[in-house]
Amino acid sequence: MTPIAAISGGSSVLSGPVTYGDVVLSLFLVAVAIGISAWQRVGLEGDLLVATARSFVQLIAVGYVLAYIFEDHGWLTILALAVMVGAASVTSRNRARRVPRSGIIAVITIAIATAATLGVLAILHIVPTSPRAIIPLGSMIISGAMVTCSLVMTRLHDDLASNRREIEARLCLGQSSRQASLPWLRTAVRAGMLPSVDSTKVVGLVALPGTMTGLILAGASPLSAVRVQLVVMYMLLGGTAFAALVAAQLTERQLFTKSHQLIKSLRRVP
Amino acid sequence: MERAEQGPEAGPIRFEYRDVCVHGDHGPIIDHFSAVVPAKGLTVIVGSSGAGKTTLVRLLNRLDDPDGGTVLFEGRDVRDYDVLELRRRVQSVGQVPVTFPGSVADNVGGETADLLTRVGLDPMLADREADRLSVGEAQRMALARSLALSPDVLALDEPTSALDMANKTGIERLIRELADSGLTVVMVSHDPRHADLADYVIEVQPHKKEEP
Repeated sequence: MTPIAAISGGSSVLSGPVTYGDVVLSLFLVAVAIGISAWQRVGLEGDLLVATARSFVQLIAVGYVLAYIFEDHGWLTILALAVMVGAASVTSRNRARRVPRSGIIAVITIAIATAATLGVLAILHIVPTSPRAIIPLGSMIISGAMVTCSLVMTRLHDDLASNRREIEARLCLGQSSRQASLPWLRTAVRAGMLPSVDSTKVVGLVALPGTMTGLILAGASPLSAVRVQLVVMYMLLGGTAFAALVAAQLTERQLFTKSHQLIKSLRRVP
Repeated sequence: MERAEQGPEAGPIRFEYRDVCVHGDHGPIIDHFSAVVPAKGLTVIVGSSGAGKTTLVRLLNRLDDPDGGTVLFEGRDVRDYDVLELRRRVQSVGQVPVTFPGSVADNVGGETADLLTRVGLDPMLADREADRLSVGEAQRMALARSLALSPDVLALDEPTSALDMANKTGIERLIRELADSGLTVVMVSHDPRHADLADYVIEVQPHKKEEP
């Protein structure tokens, strides 16, 4: 039995299932936040209301969608992942508009990172291939890959722009665009991977991670929850590594011409 | 049409700019420019700033491509050559010397001591970190790095503009020596004195916008 399948039988430690009434009661804390904002004249009352309403509508909608897919509509899993990849790619593209075809880079990067990471988890039978496992895990990989992809695209673009004299000096010596940009390619891959490496290092020390918190609240034993959390963390390390590598290769191709010239927007304008 | 001048006795031709146009963001940088660079000696391209001189050098090793017209290298369009091979044969050195991380020897490669001697640097500098060189030394090191590839052409973009007077004279003498050693040397400069240094002079005029 996989770790994730093994802990699915626990009963919630909260006082029974959380009802809509409980959710409404928890709005008291939102009211407190709005009260503090108004009292201190922070000016966030409107944003707090919008955020509260949006989170309610979005999560309830997602809940119904997931319930529908889990109830014998597993074939929709791929579609659900594709929609998530699409939304993440749009966000990533908007962060890196200066990179030509950043949207296509983001789609390919996030899709490959997600497929490769989920593929490894499934082939090694670490997680079951049911929608209940694939969709939440996929969403975490997609989210991590999105952040990595944005970081790599913007970092590589900005580094090539600010080091264009050195890069062109390397090109002048007959180096290919790949050779000439290699030091900054490495820096960009590193920048893309560092957030997940750092958060893996401090996990459990700074805060209990979300997956583990949710499982413990749902009644799983702490050690079962830890095992799942470890799988998730290692999965995210792998996913961001895949994403950083693919994003860097694809971005580099977009920042040079086929004739090993920097693209016009990066060239020194005489 | 921009003006180009050179002696009628130029002999074999290394480069030819044939009706070259390059557009910038704010209009033409080079507008229907034609000129030839002879195979031997020092050709200096002079003109005021904004005349597109730097672009003329960048066209030779394809850091830029023309939007119109062609640049010929030994009678063939530069775009017909393997670009990496072209760049090894046509070495270009910019206004401000670029040093790569590591020692002078790491930067130059090849027969470092001989190359340093050839550009007038003490071979003892080979082990020094490249970023600790003076600007004048770094410019000579950049020339040595280019010479390490045994190029046919040296294309220099204002190679003395970042230097003080003493270093300027030294580099000018070195460029003259390299041209005399059989290399084709092309140098762009806004300094009219450099025309006196040259075997051939190409003069470029800033592009004038047509009156409505």
